[in-house]
Amino acid sequence: MAVTIKDVEKTAFLARIDLSEEEKNKFTEEIKIILDHVENFVDLNTENIPPTINILPLYNVMRDDITRPSLDKNAVFQNTSHEEDGMFKVPKIL
Amino acid sequence: MSLYEKTIHELHGMLIKKEISAEELTKDVLARMDQVEDKVKSFVFREEKEKAIAQAKGVDEKISRGEKVGPLAGIPMAYNDNICTKGIRTTCSSKMLADFVPPYDAFVAEKIGEAQSVFIGKTNMDEFGIGSSTESSFFYPTRNPWNLNLVPGGSGGGAAAAVAADEAVFALGSDILNPAAFCGVVAMKPTYGRVSRYGLAGSTSSLEQVGPVTKDVTDCALVLGAIAGHDPKDSTSAPGDVPRYDEFLTGDIKGMHIGIPKEYFGNEFDPEVKDAVLSAVKKMEELGAHVDEVSLPHTPYVMSAYHVIAAAEASSVLARYEGVRYGYRREDVPDIEALYRTTRTEGFGPAVKRRIILGTYFLSSGQIDVYYKKALQTRTLVKEDFDRAFEKYDLLVSPTCPGTAFPLGTQADDILNGTGLYTVPPCVAGIPAISLPCGLVQGLPVGLQIMGPAFAEEKILNAAFAYQQRGGFPRIKPSLSGEGK
Amino acid sequence: MTDSKYEVVIGLEVHTELKTNTKIFCSCSTEFGGEPNTHVCPGCLGMPGVLPVLNKRVVDFAIMAGLALNCQIAEFSKFDRKHYFYPDLPTSYQISQFDQPICKNGYLEIDINGEQKRIGINRIHMEEDASKLVHGGASIATSSYSLVDYNRGGVPLLEIVSEPDIRSPEEARAYLEKLKSILEYTEVSDCKMQEGSLRCDANVSVMPKGSKEFGTRVEIKNLNSFRALKKALEYEVMRHIQALEEGEPLIQETRTWDENKGITLSMRTKEEAHDYRYFPDPDLVPVIISREWVEEIRRNLPELPQARKERFMREYGLPAYDASIITSSKALAEYFDACVALYPEAKTVSNWLMGDLIRSLNAEDQDIRDCRIRPEMLVEMLRLIDNKTISGKIAKTVFEEMFQSGKKPADIVKEKGLVQITDQGEIEAMVDQVIEANPKSVEDFKSGKEKAIGFLVGQVMKLSKGKANPNMVNELLRKKLK
Repeated sequence: MAVTIKDVEKTAFLARIDLSEEEKNKFTEEIKIILDHVENFVDLNTENIPPTINILPLYNVMRDDITRPSLDKNAVFQNTSHEEDGMFKVPKIL
Repeated sequence: MSLYEKTIHELHGMLIKKEISAEELTKDVLARMDQVEDKVKSFVFREEKEKAIAQAKGVDEKISRGEKVGPLAGIPMAYNDNICTKGIRTTCSSKMLADFVPPYDAFVAEKIGEAQSVFIGKTNMDEFGIGSSTESSFFYPTRNPWNLNLVPGGSGGGAAAAVAADEAVFALGSDILNPAAFCGVVAMKPTYGRVSRYGLAGSTSSLEQVGPVTKDVTDCALVLGAIAGHDPKDSTSAPGDVPRYDEFLTGDIKGMHIGIPKEYFGNEFDPEVKDAVLSAVKKMEELGAHVDEVSLPHTPYVMSAYHVIAAAEASSVLARYEGVRYGYRREDVPDIEALYRTTRTEGFGPAVKRRIILGTYFLSSGQIDVYYKKALQTRTLVKEDFDRAFEKYDLLVSPTCPGTAFPLGTQADDILNGTGLYTVPPCVAGIPAISLPCGLVQGLPVGLQIMGPAFAEEKILNAAFAYQQRGGFPRIKPSLSGEGK
Repeated sequence: MTDSKYEVVIGLEVHTELKTNTKIFCSCSTEFGGEPNTHVCPGCLGMPGVLPVLNKRVVDFAIMAGLALNCQIAEFSKFDRKHYFYPDLPTSYQISQFDQPICKNGYLEIDINGEQKRIGINRIHMEEDASKLVHGGASIATSSYSLVDYNRGGVPLLEIVSEPDIRSPEEARAYLEKLKSILEYTEVSDCKMQEGSLRCDANVSVMPKGSKEFGTRVEIKNLNSFRALKKALEYEVMRHIQALEEGEPLIQETRTWDENKGITLSMRTKEEAHDYRYFPDPDLVPVIISREWVEEIRRNLPELPQARKERFMREYGLPAYDASIITSSKALAEYFDACVALYPEAKTVSNWLMGDLIRSLNAEDQDIRDCRIRPEMLVEMLRLIDNKTISGKIAKTVFEEMFQSGKKPADIVKEKGLVQITDQGEIEAMVDQVIEANPKSVEDFKSGKEKAIGFLVGQVMKLSKGKANPNMVNELLRKKLK
């Protein structure tokens, strides 16, 4: 499947990554190479083959509804300088 | 032999016999690190010496009080830098996390803490584990101790280089089979679910496992025994008890059935590497194993499935890095969208961005069934190939990589370089595999990969042990030669 | 609005927070109203490498809600990631359920103009709630920055999606009321709309009657009270009809309800900007629900509104209307049960509940669970009426005072001197005074105008400041005017 610069632009927007014109061209080319490579399995017949999401056949892994201590305040904010009133500050939301 | 060159099991014997102290050992390893780290650059973080020594002294006190200590107690070790360590910077070798200090320990770090090993540092890797040469690290590339002009492999190259250069007695990392092969050390990728992923800051969920990087197979069994086991904090963690892996190391492989996947011996690779691997297979035959060719017919599709799954999962897992709570954040932006875009554009390196965009594309509407669903179905077929093979064979043997270590700066941009050709299938199928040295080609180590069915780590370890002990290929040491430029 | 030329098609998406102790994927408390960011851990802060582990009670509650809403419970269910960037979502994906929700194909019944109507429920799925945003300025649009409190992030939610079976804003309101009532009965959620534990979005379209093509569908977000739901839908339906009448185009879009202005506003989101890229969460494993599990929950299913309504009619002899109003809220029904246990005149209790109590609660937008008048206080007041300490009229004053202050009725009566006057002589004196002051009315009565007696009784009551026993006043007046 042919991937275009437009596809790359749209995808980059969804991923919230800005690309320069040069990067757009480069990524489009690289993605083409990978898609060409991946193309081989598009023709592989997988009709009625179930997908493997989890490798181990585990199910119903659940925990009891018991509270455990939350993080203390210092730990919550130790990796940011953008704290205000015990909350994380973010710029204007559009 | 200097202390830093020794294995865990040798050192443990000396520690409990009080021939050496953990303090002495730790100082020796730290001195070795001082001596060679500038050349190798295995580490992105080095623990303060006083703190490392204090840990060692704690173990010495226990031993002197006559308390029983486990096999890893007092042994200096390192974590790959995608393993979260409470209160210690964990970067994934990314600008994005260059200052990130987790308020929690990964499950494996807790286990190693309980085993009382001496933490000495965090090792370098490809950014977020994306790459196969450790060159995509935000900080610097790590050098191959066998030749400083070469890469150590990746993504967990720092862990393998550190152990190969005797800067740590062992290390933990994910994606370490190929670096182990390139650096001439032993590494194991356990069965998916055998070791908890809690606190592994990976770029995938269904492909990665933490495993040991060690100097020999016995050490590998000891470390795996310490970190394996069920973890209620990881829903994909396997229930059940962990065997005493070291007790399975009999060296007897008589009557064992070993399969050689014929699809793995195509034209892709260096004939000398092929010879080295085949002569290792021959040795195993001499030790009593039955060796036969086996077919894994879906091999040509494995890499495709891997590319899609790895990219799709990366695009999702790495979406949390947006600058709000931790990590790199661009200041002075007008709005939240600008914060997201600048943070992610500046915080991630090119290889990571490429994979995120690729994965986003694979999951986008219109593409998801073409690629992602197809990849998961292909994965089923790959898994079934292995299941069928393991009905007849105890283990499968292959090269770890199609070649030996390559020069720095030559393949960083090669997005489809073949280093993962043989190490990827066990990841896709979730089965365990070990890599151990089986020879030198033009002075560079060659890795032998042994794969087994899910949860048959002890069988793999014993076969590897038999080969290493009785196969005539001794532990090998790198020269630290080369320009390093 | 009720223009018979058009048909209105409404579907509701209701989110309800589950009343578990801990969040859906980590062990942090779900308690409402804690200090910001005190119920958070590396998991619900989206820190690297931390993994989700499912809370079993969330699944139990989802099954219970599904059974109460007549759904099929899936044998196999899984979780998927829904990707979008927003500051209330720490991992930039919400763990939700995409193509294999836990419950499907249910329904509930609403009373509409005395008739039962069945509204289908398409699906119920489990997901995590988003975090709370606090805006620096008056609103999100005018704030130069916002603050994030992750306490609510990861609180378990059920999303309950109706079929587009709803045909009017009244039906939408009835549906939401019934759904709230059923959820309260099952005790899976406390459904406090004021605290956001029950939230509603609506999809609405309008088409000419008999048309085969649906009208343009508009989604209205944040309809967080019954009033808002009804008003917003009424507004939106009117807007659509107007556009159809005038041949103006309608845009498929998301709108929000502006309570103050009483209008819906376009949220101007670029629909094409979203691509949620749902895929199964590889950090979680499937939920496989055995029939034994379902049956065990079915056995523990509490009495639901319909059953309780029937019981109230049977046991207490309440009229259907009373029973259905009182059982519409579990808390109100429990209140009623508590009163009747102390005071068996069920109809008297029901009259007070349906009258003064509901009126006062509505006026104050108060939940019955927060009401100051506890059942024993109401019963004490009823006994004061029975033993003639106060009149029915005075009781209304006492009730009002209890509602405001929470004081006991006997104390209010004492403090305010509201004890009924039953002294024959005292009343007689007042009766005499009124007869003397109103010769015209006396004359009217004597000449056969029965109505005049009412006026005279009123005058005596006024003179006594409402405290005279009205029966005695009536009797004495008639005796004297004979």
